[in-house]
Amino acid sequence: MQKIGAAAALLAALLLGQAMMVSAAAISVSQFVEHPALDSVLRGFQDYLQEKGIAAEYTVHNAQANMGTAGQIAQQMIGEKADLLVAIATPSAQSCAQALHKAPAELKRPLLFSAVTDPLAAGLVKDLERPEGGITGVSDLLPIEEHIKMVLAFHGSVSRLGLLYNAGEANSKATVASIKALSERLGFTTVEATAAKTADVFQAAKSLVGRVDAVFIPTDNTIVSALESVLKVGVQNSLPIFAADVDSVKRGAVAAMGFDYYRHGYQTGAMAEKILGGVRPEDLPVEFQEDLELHINLGASRQMGLTPPEALLQQAAQIYE
Amino acid sequence: MTWYAAVGAVEQGLVYGIMAIGVYLTFRILDFPDLTVDGSLPLGAAISAVAITSGLNPYLSLLLALVGGVLAGMVTALLNTRFKILHLLASILTMIALYSINIRIMAGPNVALLGVATVFDPVIGLGVPAHLAGLVVFALFAGLVLAGIIWFLGTELGQVVLATGDNPQMIRSLGVDTRTIIVLGVGLSNGLVALSGALVAQNQGAADVGMGIGTIIAGLASVIIGETVFGCRTMAQAFIAALLGSIVYRLAIALALGLEIGGFRFNPSDLNLITALLVVTALITPNLKRRLIER
Repeated sequence: MQKIGAAAALLAALLLGQAMMVSAAAISVSQFVEHPALDSVLRGFQDYLQEKGIAAEYTVHNAQANMGTAGQIAQQMIGEKADLLVAIATPSAQSCAQALHKAPAELKRPLLFSAVTDPLAAGLVKDLERPEGGITGVSDLLPIEEHIKMVLAFHGSVSRLGLLYNAGEANSKATVASIKALSERLGFTTVEATAAKTADVFQAAKSLVGRVDAVFIPTDNTIVSALESVLKVGVQNSLPIFAADVDSVKRGAVAAMGFDYYRHGYQTGAMAEKILGGVRPEDLPVEFQEDLELHINLGASRQMGLTPPEALLQQAAQIYE
Repeated sequence: MTWYAAVGAVEQGLVYGIMAIGVYLTFRILDFPDLTVDGSLPLGAAISAVAITSGLNPYLSLLLALVGGVLAGMVTALLNTRFKILHLLASILTMIALYSINIRIMAGPNVALLGVATVFDPVIGLGVPAHLAGLVVFALFAGLVLAGIIWFLGTELGQVVLATGDNPQMIRSLGVDTRTIIVLGVGLSNGLVALSGALVAQNQGAADVGMGIGTIIAGLASVIIGETVFGCRTMAQAFIAALLGSIVYRLAIALALGLEIGGFRFNPSDLNLITALLVVTALITPNLKRRLIER
């Protein structure tokens, strides 16, 4: 009798397990490269769905910064027949969009992009309000004016702002153009230094020493991957380094005006919830980051020769010692 | 590996195989280690993308890409033959210069090709499903390139190219200027690499300045996998082997992407390691088999 009971319990557990397996949403993810900001996007995405109690089975791919691999991953994902495709960063999103475009109708799935600065220029959508072809997502377009105003207020006397980025990244190119457009009105000049790969970042950062009052790093995959080398230059030369994402503040940049890639992923998760719930991607306009938070690193400020103004300290959502 | 992923891998193998054929030409035939390819692949992509978005026919854009690649290769070869810069350094210089040039050509790091006319449209028009169009087009191009290169090496000029790699002293004593032949060969090689880049960009939906990273690695891996697994007794066999080697390399990546052992899944970040291990397996298997047979 006991045996039968145990068997029945086992069977019930198995059936339940099976039922849960069936109800779990299959999600295939393509991430372009491993670095803390993009990793945070994925974590935020997964945490949102978990908090909402949405069971999901993930297949995560990482192209390790290789475009050829990104293309292959896109095709791999079409073959995985997931319920939803998620692409993190522009090159991955473009490859997935193209693979979807070519896929036979029965293999087409909704695609959510995340951490893409300019979805229009990237060709992912033609209209931000009415995305087509089952593709929508969240843009990480920086609220650049707020960022720069914070940097100016924090530092107090910036007349020459250094911009450190990879000229090969579409995202950074767009950000730098808008900072330059702002510079005249806000009363500073810009000095640019570019690095084509992570190994060149240290040298590019050094080239700014003595030529600028502070350095601003946009959400640039190359520079952020090698952030520590920039911070070293900043500390050694009392040159304040500001970033555009809060993950970098935790790593030792002076401050950033709230681009939180974790929340970015979290917001992408909310869109995924809607799509998994049956909303058509065409009915979900492209979203932008909603909440901006000021993060300050006090230790880094001191080391780079700055005292944060009291007003900003009170405004800060997160202060690292 | 799903069927769809396998088709994708063969497709990528064919298109990058055109690049591998180019690498075979410099690396094995001319004995000229050439890193220009990391720059000439995105150069082809950039030229083709800009041409298409300005309204040019996608097939014509391939021709422009090819010409661009030939010129890039010639620059490397001229730096080497005329100015006596070591071949490796000459190719590195051209490669890094091309990074900036490619950004100039595209007026930015990335040109999207989503929803524009591509070389696949006529094939899709014939009734081939869109997801197989890449396979058909690339097989066609790879076949044409193979036939072309095998024919070329059979001509008198081709024989001189072969001899230049094998025994430059002998061919010079016959009154041939080997420098001209090297310029021609390295140019041709990079023309094929740029053609491959143009096709990759049209297939992936974007030309990106970063897409050349790792080209030479994939090219050398394909060439050596091809030689080891398929053999290279005749010239024709060697080129076919380079193309097949490229397909094997991409299949290894596809296998690594979907690899699961029992319930154990690898981390996404393990991809490069697994790919390397699979390629090592492919390389040592023929050797092991031979040893077993000898015993």
